Amino acid sequence: MLCNICGKNPATVHLTEIVDDQMNELHLCEGCARQKSVQMEQKFGLSDLLAGMVDFEKKTPQSETQVLKCPKCKLTYGDFKKIGRLGCGSCYTAFSAYLAPLLRKIHGSGKHLGKSPFKASKPTKKSTGMAELRQKLAKAVGEEAFEEAAKLRDQIKAAEQKQSSKEK
Amino acid sequence: MELNDLLKHTSEWLKGTGPNADIVISSRIRLARNLSGYSFPHWASKKQGEEIFGKIAKAKESISLLKRSTVFRLADLDSTDKHFLVERHLMSHEHAQKKNSHAVIIDDEEVISIMINEEDHLRIQLMQSGFNLFEAWGIVNKLDDELGKALNFAFLSEWGYLTACPTNAGTGMRGSVMLHLPALVMTRQINRVMAAIAKLSFTTRGLYGEGTQAMGNFFQVSNQVSLGQSEDEIIGNINGLIRQIVDQEGQAREVLLTHNRTILEDRVNRSFGILKNARIISSQETIDLLSMLRLGCDLGMIKEINRSGLNELFITTQPAHIQKIENKKLSSDERDIKRAEIIRNSLKI
Ligand SMILES: [Zn+2]
Ligand SMILES: [Zn+2]
Repeated sequence: MLCNICGKNPATVHLTEIVDDQMNELHLCEGCARQKSVQMEQKFGLSDLLAGMVDFEKKTPQSETQVLKCPKCKLTYGDFKKIGRLGCGSCYTAFSAYLAPLLRKIHGSGKHLGKSPFKASKPTKKSTGMAELRQKLAKAVGEEAFEEAAKLRDQIKAAEQKQSSKEK
Repeated sequence: MELNDLLKHTSEWLKGTGPNADIVISSRIRLARNLSGYSFPHWASKKQGEEIFGKIAKAKESISLLKRSTVFRLADLDSTDKHFLVERHLMSHEHAQKKNSHAVIIDDEEVISIMINEEDHLRIQLMQSGFNLFEAWGIVNKLDDELGKALNFAFLSEWGYLTACPTNAGTGMRGSVMLHLPALVMTRQINRVMAAIAKLSFTTRGLYGEGTQAMGNFFQVSNQVSLGQSEDEIIGNINGLIRQIVDQEGQAREVLLTHNRTILEDRVNRSFGILKNARIISSQETIDLLSMLRLGCDLGMIKEINRSGLNELFITTQPAHIQKIENKKLSSDERDIKRAEIIRNSLKI
């Protein structure tokens, strides 16, 4: 099927849009979908767009992402894909491997350059190490190097558990 | 402050003052913030929602910029009150549907509003009249510093402020500028301009925001990207874009004045005539005609009325405002009659 907007590229994103109580099926290529997302976001949030982003899904086995769960708020990655909203701040850490490429896709960059809250502790050596691990993991996922990714994920998990048990 | 006190007050964004006030109606900066350790509003339990509300309401007491402000809980407002606040741009449509722990803090000058438990725990908004983004940022930055001392915001050094939707992560900032672009619409250049804006990953919306059609030649331009750029960069980028649009609108106005003066005068004066004489008028027609009248004012074709009076009409003719002024519920037909009356009274010269 070809994209409904440009009619050139194959449609990989499938959306349902509701305008004035009328349901419209939309089949778009990724480029047009991104442009469309500008309008979509206002109507029902990014969720529906994310839910349709195929390449975002195919890089990891479905079951693995579905059951990945935030230890703090219990939201699963499957929930996030359905509702397009994360459950809490800790979700960002729990799903970092998948969020890193997504954030880059949305913003064209994955590094915060703005202000920090007054109370935020200066990044310690440990947390910088975490950032590096997460970056490596994102890269591995991007390159579909799943064995490497799994290893890195375990390392991150272990480091996080260590950190959170320390905080307690 | 009582909600009804706002009726006697001109919204900051409608004052019609500030740089480029003939084309730029208002500048607004919004920051999304969340409390660390709590689920985001959509995922939080009722009890958590109350705790979040309590923390923020308590923090408000210690904030100097919020000394003269009031907390309104949505559970205490009726639907007219809520829409009244939406029409004044003090809260979003989505927020107006909520109750329980949902609330909004509004300062007496209507410059600051903070939605509590909207999509994020805090949506801090600052409004300025005219083209004034940097000034708006200066104030909201200070307010955010103060709030950040009183509350513990969810933040990661690599991804910045953590928000319910990843589209807002990083700075959590959205800068928006409301523009009046009648000449670009009349000269049929608006689609080209809008396409260029979209290409630069900025969004455009209508006067009443989120998903509505642009009405009466009003367009709101906002940044889309919130991560990977500093606040100053984001504002600088919007500023550069807005300056170009303002220039183009100015040029289009010049072209119309030089080549189509009579047509323009005809449209402006017809609009004036209808507004001065109509007995029944819808809110859509009102906005379209007021837009032409405002253009006439800006170009010096209409000298009898001033910009701020005209701006005021944009808001007092909105459905919830008419009902607040009349202090009763009115049907759509009744409102159309009342609206015509409000306009006639205001344009009586
Ligand atoms: Zn396409
Ligand atoms: Zn979570």
